[in-house]
Amino acid sequence: MTIKERPILEIKNLSVTFTAGRKPVRAVDGVDLSVARGEVVALLGESGSGKSVTLRTILRLHNERRTKMEGSLLVRGSDVLKMKTRELGDLRGRTVSMIFQEPMLAMDPVYSVGQQIIEVIRKHEPVSYEEARKRALHLFERVRIPSPERRLDAYPHEMSGGMRQRAMIALALACKPEILLADEPTTALDATVQVQILLLLRELQHELGLSVIFVTHDIGVAVEVADRIAVMYAGRIVEIGPVRSVIRTPRHPYTRGLLSTRGHGGRLSGKRLPAIPGSPPDLANLPPGCAFAPRCALADDRCRAQAPSPTTVDEGHVVRCLRTDATTQSLAAADVSA
Amino acid sequence: MLIYIAKRIVYTLPIMLGVTLVCFALVHLAPGDPLIAVLPPDASEQMKQQLMVLYGFDRPYHEQFLRWIWRAVQGDLGGSIATNRPVATEVFKAVGNTLMLSAVATFIGFALGTFFGFVAGYFRDTVIDKSASFLSVVGVSVPHYWLGMVLVIIFSATLGWLPATGAGPGGSDAWAWDWAHVRHIVLPAITMSVIPMGIIARTVRALVAEILSQEFIAGLRAKGLSEFGVFKHVVKNTAPTALAVMGIQLGYLLGGSILIETVFSWPGTGGLLNAAIFQRDLPLLQGTILVLAMFFVILNLIVDVVQTLLDPRIQRS
Ligand SMILES: Nc1ncnc2c1ncn2[C@@H]1O[C@H](COP(=O)(O)OP(=O)(O)OP(=O)(O)O)[C@@H](O)[C@H]1O
Ligand SMILES: [Mg+2]
Repeated sequence: MTIKERPILEIKNLSVTFTAGRKPVRAVDGVDLSVARGEVVALLGESGSGKSVTLRTILRLHNERRTKMEGSLLVRGSDVLKMKTRELGDLRGRTVSMIFQEPMLAMDPVYSVGQQIIEVIRKHEPVSYEEARKRALHLFERVRIPSPERRLDAYPHEMSGGMRQRAMIALALACKPEILLADEPTTALDATVQVQILLLLRELQHELGLSVIFVTHDIGVAVEVADRIAVMYAGRIVEIGPVRSVIRTPRHPYTRGLLSTRGHGGRLSGKRLPAIPGSPPDLANLPPGCAFAPRCALADDRCRAQAPSPTTVDEGHVVRCLRTDATTQSLAAADVSA
Repeated sequence: MLIYIAKRIVYTLPIMLGVTLVCFALVHLAPGDPLIAVLPPDASEQMKQQLMVLYGFDRPYHEQFLRWIWRAVQGDLGGSIATNRPVATEVFKAVGNTLMLSAVATFIGFALGTFFGFVAGYFRDTVIDKSASFLSVVGVSVPHYWLGMVLVIIFSATLGWLPATGAGPGGSDAWAWDWAHVRHIVLPAITMSVIPMGIIARTVRALVAEILSQEFIAGLRAKGLSEFGVFKHVVKNTAPTALAVMGIQLGYLLGGSILIETVFSWPGTGGLLNAAIFQRDLPLLQGTILVLAMFFVILNLIVDVVQTLLDPRIQRS
């Protein structure tokens, strides 16, 4: 029996509130999430559910004057939310790095791609320019960019979308990070390119033993890349568990809604999450109870009155729902009829 | 790159020709007798004819134009009707002085303008931003000859710190970069710098605010760069546009310094143009406008090339 290693990333009761507007917007509301070394967690949810905000909070990328962050966010045991500027600078790009959704927008347009990779290497390691350039070249070969020598001197706008995302991956992996945050890294790409980038990411994750949080809209992608799936709704993780368990026996009505209209097979399709009737709540004006209650067919008065606390329904499978009785029953019924 | 620059220069030639034509036309189509300044009121018709022939005013316009250009390319802008001195000498001396004043003013305006612009852009929507923006609006809206007079009243007449007029001991011919001379350029240059300062500050503020809101800034922070490291990227992103605006402002100052030069009796093109207009000294007027216009065209060329050098997104074909 192995002693369970402490997770490399532990998010505990994290809340993020934007205070710039007239009313405070609570984009993340009590999120708990741990990622083990070498584990891939897919973060799934509709647009606006707070996936990007959660991810960006891990690197503290929000404007601190206009954002309130509560809870704790431990990376290898030290709390990112309490870090001083210096420590934060060492963490970013080295221990934890990020791949953005749109590499065209996430890279500086007036620096060549090579310069941007060299910059991050030299920020974190005392190496010469030539040495850093050699490393950048290796990285380009590693992410399989054709004629890498020449591409190093290209500017972001001179590359194709897929190529840019490869360069972005090279940039993110330049300082051998332990945690990789990928915010919809394939959404902006063509379907065929998406598959290539996903395969590349999966391969690199295996080789480097990366811990990954992978944000996506696409359940097929989540199934393909992840060990666990976390489903987010209105700033909360409403269901989390091993991929098989969540996909086969979804307990939260929202997860079930997401899965129901999708055909089986777990294709790497570019399909967006299917529409569920109604729309997500206004984050500046959250209902007192379960945030999904207004759209939920199973909701009763209890659901509207109090926010459900997490319930463990299976090994590592946690749901925030008061009506798991009903969802479990209907699952059993479906099994019988099948 | 060299090919690009060469191409740009070639494209500039027709513009220059057009500018020359407009200069010539403006001066010659204006009503009035070109010889009125030199002829005594009771001059005979015969004498008038002689002078017309002497200056070439009797020829058809196109011939006058071609001869004028032909000489101009060789550096000869004719002789002044009023003083009989070669126009080229006078013009280049005056343009030199105007250029110096405008350059110093643009430099001051650029330094202060970028500073205010960066501060305002970085602290957007705070008191600091509002004050900096207010200052730049004032800078652009205040009539600058009025500001010049106010400065003269304060710093020359009342405090006696700085001279009010002229270009220093020995006039502009004896210019040197020592305090005895430089103190003469301080007030006019500051007065003149106010408009470019305001415009550059506003441009830079908008640029910086826009750049800071872009995703790649988060990308840079995510790499672990310090605020200063990020700042360097902001500067490099701002530079092409900021420098272009600076160049264009310098161009405007070159042509628009008449009032300030008059207020401070600065020996630049302002005084020369004034004299040329009132004395209807056609060769002098033509020559001055032509040289100023050429400077403007060349300045635009330089701005374009510099912008292309600095911004990789501009097509270099
Ligand atoms: N800086 C901010 N200030 C105010 N509100 C914000 C800010 N950033 C995000 N939000 C709000 O927080 C909510 C969550 O946004 P987030 O970007 O995390 O959604 P998401 O789940 O990543 O969606 P998508 O799939 O569209 O990327 C949204 O309603 C958004 O409007
Ligand atoms: Mg997002």
